[in-house]
Amino acid sequence: MIKVENLIKKYGDLTVSNNLNCHFKKGEITVILGGSGSGKTTLLRQLTGLERPDSGAVYFNGVDLTGLGRKKLYETRKKMGMLFQGSALFNYLNIFENIAFPLREHTKIADNIIKTIVTMKLEMVGLRGTENLMPSQLSGGMTKRVGLARAIVMDPEIIFYDEPTSGLDPISTGVIDKLIRDLNQTLNITSIVVSHDIKSCFRIADNIIILFYGDIIAEGTTEEIKNSTDLRVKQFINGEPEGPIPFTRTDKNYLDEILFD
Amino acid sequence: MEIAAAFGKFTLYRIQVLGRSGIFLFASIYQAFLPPFRLQRIIKEIDFVGSKSFLIVFVTALFTGMVLGIQGYYSLSQFGAEAALGVMVALSIIRELGPVLCALMVTGRAGSAITAEIGIMKITDQFPALEMMAIDPLKYVISPKILAGIISLPLLTAFFDLVGIAGGYLVGVKLLGVNEGAYLGKMVTAITFADIYGGILKSFCFGLLITWIASFMGFTAEPTTEGVSRATTNAVVLTSLSILIVDYILTSLLL
Repeated sequence: MIKVENLIKKYGDLTVSNNLNCHFKKGEITVILGGSGSGKTTLLRQLTGLERPDSGAVYFNGVDLTGLGRKKLYETRKKMGMLFQGSALFNYLNIFENIAFPLREHTKIADNIIKTIVTMKLEMVGLRGTENLMPSQLSGGMTKRVGLARAIVMDPEIIFYDEPTSGLDPISTGVIDKLIRDLNQTLNITSIVVSHDIKSCFRIADNIIILFYGDIIAEGTTEEIKNSTDLRVKQFINGEPEGPIPFTRTDKNYLDEILFD
Repeated sequence: MEIAAAFGKFTLYRIQVLGRSGIFLFASIYQAFLPPFRLQRIIKEIDFVGSKSFLIVFVTALFTGMVLGIQGYYSLSQFGAEAALGVMVALSIIRELGPVLCALMVTGRAGSAITAEIGIMKITDQFPALEMMAIDPLKYVISPKILAGIISLPLLTAFFDLVGIAGGYLVGVKLLGVNEGAYLGKMVTAITFADIYGGILKSFCFGLLITWIASFMGFTAEPTTEGVSRATTNAVVLTSLSILIVDYILTSLLL
């Protein structure tokens, strides 16, 4: 479905994507794991064409997104859905209009049919009855579910999730995880999830990619990652503060710095 | 040497920002002429920039006219020329005060709100969300605002002129006893079409300036709470100064 080749992206001196090569399979859930600042959100933005890499290619159904003009890119985006970290709902529209928004913009579907579609999508995320509320009246977990309903309203082939469970309580996390699985299975939607939540990752993932400061340090099925003998992978999935992955960012010796600088 | 380098760097940066804001404006206006046309979005923005500014423009215009009435009366009466009061009030309002004061009031009320709104949309990822839904954020969010500015400001200025002249009439004729026929009659003969057209042209430019600067500042705001508040302040200051400078340039070109 999506194939990434030799992807390089730098912000100034900081390399956020260091020659990445990976593959996202159709109909499966792939979780991109990584700590804060590991470049996982940047990778996601490059997969969707929101950001262009310095070099390399992103093939979506065989077409390189990095070379597409605006019009073609927008055409491709109609097959994509995305759930943003903060849901990114339009705060001046109510829940119904938020979900109906892509339909109203891109199709000429009659109002009563739009109403049916929106009701169906809201039922899928378990929020029927909230149509007339404003986004500010919902809790964090609920706005994520509305964001999800909006992401699937155009029946996309693929959904991108940017940290779908960060900042949520355990029950809301479970609900979102179940929704991601259900959508994947019932609608056969390919899913790419960016996350640092190990527990929820193991619950939903078919495949896992672990990023560390711009490099892919592990890639494989959930079982392979769980049984990995790589020390860095072990440290990451067990959340250990000590290990091959350093806690500090600098290479400078601590003693040298406090004594001689 | 270092000072020269820093100055050069600063100048280059400023020119880059200016260039970017120009591209931003042209892209937004270009997008406005491409289908689909979002009439409803434009009407909504005109309601916000225009209709909701009516009260504040009314009060400003009324008191400006009244002050001009008093000041004009005392200056003119020293030469025994009270009869020219109407012409004086109308000319200063139609040529200068109408467009400028109206634009400054709208900057404070609507310009700052536009910057804050766009900045918050940026913080909450609403622009990439639009991008992901295959909708151009410039076309959907910015173009209607700029069109609304261009449409609303001339109308508001015309309203300002009317109320201002009425304010001068109230004080001059009703309070200070200037002859009613002189106040209105001389006005009609002395004011040319060029005066009115010049004022409207100015307000048209100011409408563009207000929405352009406010939108651009919001769009390029640093995506933090502090960044948005700074952008809002900068937008108001920059717009107000630009209005005064552009006013001078336009006046010297028109006269």
